[in-house]
Amino acid sequence: MAANLDQIFILLRDWLVSFLPALLRPAAGVVLGVVAIVCVFPALFALTTVFERKGLARIQNRLGPNRVGPFGLLQPMADGVKSLTKEDIVPSSANAGVHFLAPLVLVVAVFMGFAVLPMGRNMVLVDMDAGLLFFFAMSASSELAVFMAGWSSRNKYSLLGAMRAVAQMISYEVVLLLSSVSVVMIAGSLSLTKIVAAQNVYSGGLPHWYIFTPWGLASFVMYAIATTAETNRSPFDLPEGESELVAGYHTEYSGFKFALFFLGEYLAMFSISGLGVTLFLGGWSAPCSGLEWVPSWIWFFGKMMLSIFVFIWMRGTLPRLRQDQLMNFAWKFILPLTLLDLFVTALWRFMGEGWLRWVVSTAILVAAYVLLGRAEMRKKHYGPRSYRYAE
Amino acid sequence: MSPVFYILAVLTLGGALAAVLLKPLVHCALATTVAFAGLALLYLELDAQFAGFVQILVYIGAVAILLVFAILLTHGSEPPRKGAFNRTWIAGAVIAAAVFAVLGWAVVRSAAALPLQAAAPVVTVREIGFALMGRYVLPLEIAGLLFTVATIGAVIVAMHEKEGAK
Repeated sequence: MAANLDQIFILLRDWLVSFLPALLRPAAGVVLGVVAIVCVFPALFALTTVFERKGLARIQNRLGPNRVGPFGLLQPMADGVKSLTKEDIVPSSANAGVHFLAPLVLVVAVFMGFAVLPMGRNMVLVDMDAGLLFFFAMSASSELAVFMAGWSSRNKYSLLGAMRAVAQMISYEVVLLLSSVSVVMIAGSLSLTKIVAAQNVYSGGLPHWYIFTPWGLASFVMYAIATTAETNRSPFDLPEGESELVAGYHTEYSGFKFALFFLGEYLAMFSISGLGVTLFLGGWSAPCSGLEWVPSWIWFFGKMMLSIFVFIWMRGTLPRLRQDQLMNFAWKFILPLTLLDLFVTALWRFMGEGWLRWVVSTAILVAAYVLLGRAEMRKKHYGPRSYRYAE
Repeated sequence: MSPVFYILAVLTLGGALAAVLLKPLVHCALATTVAFAGLALLYLELDAQFAGFVQILVYIGAVAILLVFAILLTHGSEPPRKGAFNRTWIAGAVIAAAVFAVLGWAVVRSAAALPLQAAAPVVTVREIGFALMGRYVLPLEIAGLLFTVATIGAVIVAMHEKEGAK
């Protein structure tokens, strides 16, 4: 029974496909998988918008949406109808073709990333040998869509927002790639299913997730920071800072095109959290061997939604960074630590089993963190706080 | 030659032609991206997953962004008034034809020099990794060193300008 529940979507697909002639079956199976991804993640997006607005409201001590449906749960329906019926405004000086293409390119590039994510046991659309590389290739192409949107709008806020977004995404992409390289070094494969399989091992009831190793914890923290910057979420939401840039690169978009940008942003959040779950948190594997009877897809989506919750929590808690702080943080603090983490991972790989490698790698990482942080802080010359008032 | 090859060839050549013929520079850069994407898809069609994804990651994710940044930061995004073609286009065409002839000659000759293989070789990413870290480690390190030097040089150039402005 538990095994059937675990494979329920695979069984459902096979049952649906069995109505077709044998020649069409493989193609139909793939199409069904694509349809499932294209339906499930936008539905999750709709739920998450309510979740986010309610969560932020709770953090800010108000109620949030509570008029449409029970507890405001039908709010996304109202939002969807609103964005569909709104007028689609294209600025007269805008570059109409590029302006039209930008949201489409963004959403397509983001959707492609889901193709390689293993969302449960046997639940992966394409099991590629170079899955991780494919994922990063797709997320890199979404940068160009952001630039297209900002440039084609012929609006200084849009262009500034796009330039900020692209500069930020390129800076943090280096960290994102390097922090996942350490996982590849240990797992010895770029295939995401193999990375999950390598972590889906238990000793004494506890899983071998990469986050439970010194190098894994360090690269997970760095990966989490880089993903927050990569998805333009607070505290790295400079490209969309309302107080500075109206809405950043999608200032000149309205109606459903705006909704597409919104969708693309949240889908990027889902896919990159899904990748983080796959790389560091064991993907669809259960947190202890006693809980393996729970279907694997519940674990994957549970972990993913947990990281989405952390995103929302951070948005409600942290203030926005300044541009120079953002760049200094990326290049002077995170990047050296990530490079050092690669070295520590190599040490871990070649020191063999035993307690010595735990001590050595933890000591190196903690020492580097403390020393680098101290050195950076010493340059800042923090004196007593002073206030200036307008006269 | 499958129909997919012809579709991709049209896409790639169309993108490349548009990059040369369009007037606004940003449009040219975006058309170049289409050509890059077509090339990446051609690699994928040849079952070269690694090369295809690296082509997308490096050329669309980095080189294309670099192109548009360079265009925007040098105030060159407005279309030139006199038209994209200058007077030396004849010399340019001759040089382009010469380069194309040499490349084409090399490609045609190389087919005869290489032994014919019965089946397409299956190369996994793992083997590429071992090759890069084993036999070809020296070229890889030299290329890495070169890029580091270039990055440091760029940083020094940028820093110098800032100090002069003060």
